[in-house]
Amino acid sequence: MDPKTGETLAKLLTAAWLLPLLGFAVEIFAGYLWSRRSKAAAYLAVGCIVGAFLCSASALYLYRQLPTIPVVHHEASHQHGKAGHDETKPVHGEGTVVAKEEEHHTDPAPRMHSFSGTHYVLAKFSNLKISIDWYIDSLTIVMFAMVTLIASCIHVFAMGYMSEELTEEYEDHQVHTSHGHFSRPGRFYKFFAFLSLFCFSMLGLVLAGNIFLVFVFWELVGVCSYFLIGFYIERKSASTAANKAFIMNRVGDFGFLIGLMIIWTSFGTFQFATRTEADGQKQLGLFDMVRGADGKLDLQDEPGKKAVLLTDDHDHPLLAADGTRRSIPYILLIGAGLGVFAGCVGKSAQFPLQTWLPDAMEGPTPVSALVHSATMVAAGVYLAGRFYPMFVPEVQLVIAYVGAITLFVAATIAIVATDIKRVLAYSTISQLGYMMLAIGLGGWAAGLFHLITHAFFKSLMFLCSGSVIYGCHHVQEMPQMGGLRKKMPITAYTMLIGVIAICGLAIPGVDVFFGGVAAKLGLPASFQNVMSEKWAFSGYHSKDAIVATAMTYAQLNPLHALLFILPLAGAGITAFYMFRLWFYTFAGKPRDQHVYDHAHESPWLMTAPLILLAAFAAFCACGGEKGFLFTMLLGSEPAHVADGLAAGATSKLALPSHHQIHDNHATAGFYALVVAAVGTFTAYLFYGARQFKLNPSEVQSRFPWLYTFLAEKWRFDDLYDVMFVKPVHIVARWCAATDRLVFDGILHGACRIGIVVSHWDRLFDENIVDGLVNWVSNVTYGAGSSFRYLQTGRLRQYVMFIVVGVVLVGGFGLFWLMLRIRPS
Amino acid sequence: MDTVGLENFLIVGGILFVCGVVCMAIKRNAIGVLMGVELVLNGANLNFVAFSRYTKLGLDGQVLALFVIVLAAAEAAIALAIALNFYNNHLTIDVDRADELQG
Repeated sequence: MDPKTGETLAKLLTAAWLLPLLGFAVEIFAGYLWSRRSKAAAYLAVGCIVGAFLCSASALYLYRQLPTIPVVHHEASHQHGKAGHDETKPVHGEGTVVAKEEEHHTDPAPRMHSFSGTHYVLAKFSNLKISIDWYIDSLTIVMFAMVTLIASCIHVFAMGYMSEELTEEYEDHQVHTSHGHFSRPGRFYKFFAFLSLFCFSMLGLVLAGNIFLVFVFWELVGVCSYFLIGFYIERKSASTAANKAFIMNRVGDFGFLIGLMIIWTSFGTFQFATRTEADGQKQLGLFDMVRGADGKLDLQDEPGKKAVLLTDDHDHPLLAADGTRRSIPYILLIGAGLGVFAGCVGKSAQFPLQTWLPDAMEGPTPVSALVHSATMVAAGVYLAGRFYPMFVPEVQLVIAYVGAITLFVAATIAIVATDIKRVLAYSTISQLGYMMLAIGLGGWAAGLFHLITHAFFKSLMFLCSGSVIYGCHHVQEMPQMGGLRKKMPITAYTMLIGVIAICGLAIPGVDVFFGGVAAKLGLPASFQNVMSEKWAFSGYHSKDAIVATAMTYAQLNPLHALLFILPLAGAGITAFYMFRLWFYTFAGKPRDQHVYDHAHESPWLMTAPLILLAAFAAFCACGGEKGFLFTMLLGSEPAHVADGLAAGATSKLALPSHHQIHDNHATAGFYALVVAAVGTFTAYLFYGARQFKLNPSEVQSRFPWLYTFLAEKWRFDDLYDVMFVKPVHIVARWCAATDRLVFDGILHGACRIGIVVSHWDRLFDENIVDGLVNWVSNVTYGAGSSFRYLQTGRLRQYVMFIVVGVVLVGGFGLFWLMLRIRPS
Repeated sequence: MDTVGLENFLIVGGILFVCGVVCMAIKRNAIGVLMGVELVLNGANLNFVAFSRYTKLGLDGQVLALFVIVLAAAEAAIALAIALNFYNNHLTIDVDRADELQG
């Protein structure tokens, strides 16, 4: 293979990464450069992100041209590890290629190359280097293509959606001041500036080659979401939601930091992949240190001192300075894994930090689409996937349970939510739960597969809901909608595609039929593979993969059967609430005639992205597990996933292998399909059908406690209020009281003493010191005043004085002389 | 009465001096006061010259007398200018009216 490809890929992706930053740097000053009515900032932002997409797409194309890594012996494969600018010269750090081994016996999926390198070294602390690294494998490239494509659509959509901001005087109808509505200059350019910054941060996060850099962009993503959620900052709800999102994320990030510290102290490096530096020194990556080439942990299982022995990239043991083998205590590895996962929990809105995401719907709808469906929340899942080799089975179990609980809780809340965006928000949380579950269960590719497909159909649905909100003049409550499909057909039917995709509906039997046809026609094998897959949209394939993983897992570990039941039930609930949303909004009769009469289809600028995204939502997973997307992802799967984890290897858990999952695929797919169909049908009975109508409000009144429980979001907000907010308030009040009574008291006492002392000081100064000076001056003045009368101004008098003086002096002188003379 | 001695000169000089002082003290006319000053100076001159003649002082007394004459001339020039200016401003040369600098 051509070693230059790695560098070309890095250049392309770096360009895609930095373009939005360039856009941001210009747009943020757009308020000074252009008028508030100018769309220049939007054009620039769209240009940058589309440019980024083109770069990513060419990177994807280039990457596909690379041959997959053949089945090789371990030693041989590492010959690939040497590459540089010149083949005869020693290796340079940039563009170093690390090949991954293939597990040859079970997995037919070919492994793909990964590349890594350094752009710039920021700082060096003895062994630890903080640098801007890049790491590119198929996951990076797929994420880049997905993020830039969706972001491009959203940017274009936002040009239409945010056009109300193109004014000098934007009146915010939701903010009331003492003199009517609040009005401010439009912030069109600012919106696009933040969108650009957001894309930059997200792409940087995906491209980052070390966990520390991931953390940096992780925080940038958080800040951008803070800006965007709080875009209507004058609204109390928006500013609160922005704060909540940021603070909840901080809770998770705290865990992330702890994980980073453990990694730093235990490994001394943050790097993902092993690399040869510019000075010829080999810098071992985290993954190679923890896992052998076959992906196994090298355990030292002494009672009470369980530890993982570290190896280098050739599976040779690493030695410490004293000659013993370097190892990391197992408990620390669990801690690092859980810490990093805590960050993912915050960012991906998993239980128990899920409450910020629904509130974050206060941002403009394009933000919801970008930040809260496709990219930011995806960052958590992405990191869980990227960091997968560091997760030991115990951590994975935690991840799986967190995912399962999240998906179930969020799905149930979505049933009763009435705000169209909130339904989608809960659905997002629920689907993120599926992804985490899959990663926890060892279905690495399944989870990330769902991440990509979900990104497409969820951003599609968010944009559709944005289109509905725009068309209905900022009505978001579904009970006021209904029958809108006649008014806005494009929105309605693209939304339907999204809904079908997320529900994972498929037409049974078609696969057999078309597969048969393809076989008879003698089409190429790859084509046959595609044809013989289920006739379904993307969501079916990805969710099917997850359910199949869960089912296999439950079979292997019957104790954790809940991890299969919850996602299966979740699939049914998902179908129910998504179709409820669609029927509520687009089908039936108009519930609010006023809203209906004024509703209109959005302009083409907004519907065109919908159609594009709908196409991707429908067909991006085409071919299912044999299709393009899944095999791409599978190429970067960590080495140990394929053959699963035999029971008792590192713990009592057994992770399913590809082979086992494949055996369950048909059954699991059938179950999921049945459950989804039941959910859909129930939704139809409740909200869609004209006859046999079940009345939702009747059910609601039958189980009032359940309804309130769900409508109040399982009371998580109340719980956190009681558990954290109230105690913090109480402690704060105590602190304030201590401050006021004790510290202020001391200060005030000191002040009072100071005042008294200075009072006495003043008296002394005024009376003694000043008195003395004044007395001297008074005496002088008095003397002067008295003597002035001598100066009569009469010349003749002066003469008389002189004469008298002379006579007196002469007389006295004479007298004195006479006294002196007499004795002689 | 055989010879004129030093005492006679001193008596004449004393009379001249006292006359000058009295003239300065009683005259309200500025010119009169100036005349008194001349008398005082000449009284003193007479003493210098007399001491020069009758003691071992030699020429020193006469040189001093010459100095006093020159001094008196200078003094008269300045004093007359003052008197003239005073008259220009007050239309009088009464020294009692020149009391603006009194304390």
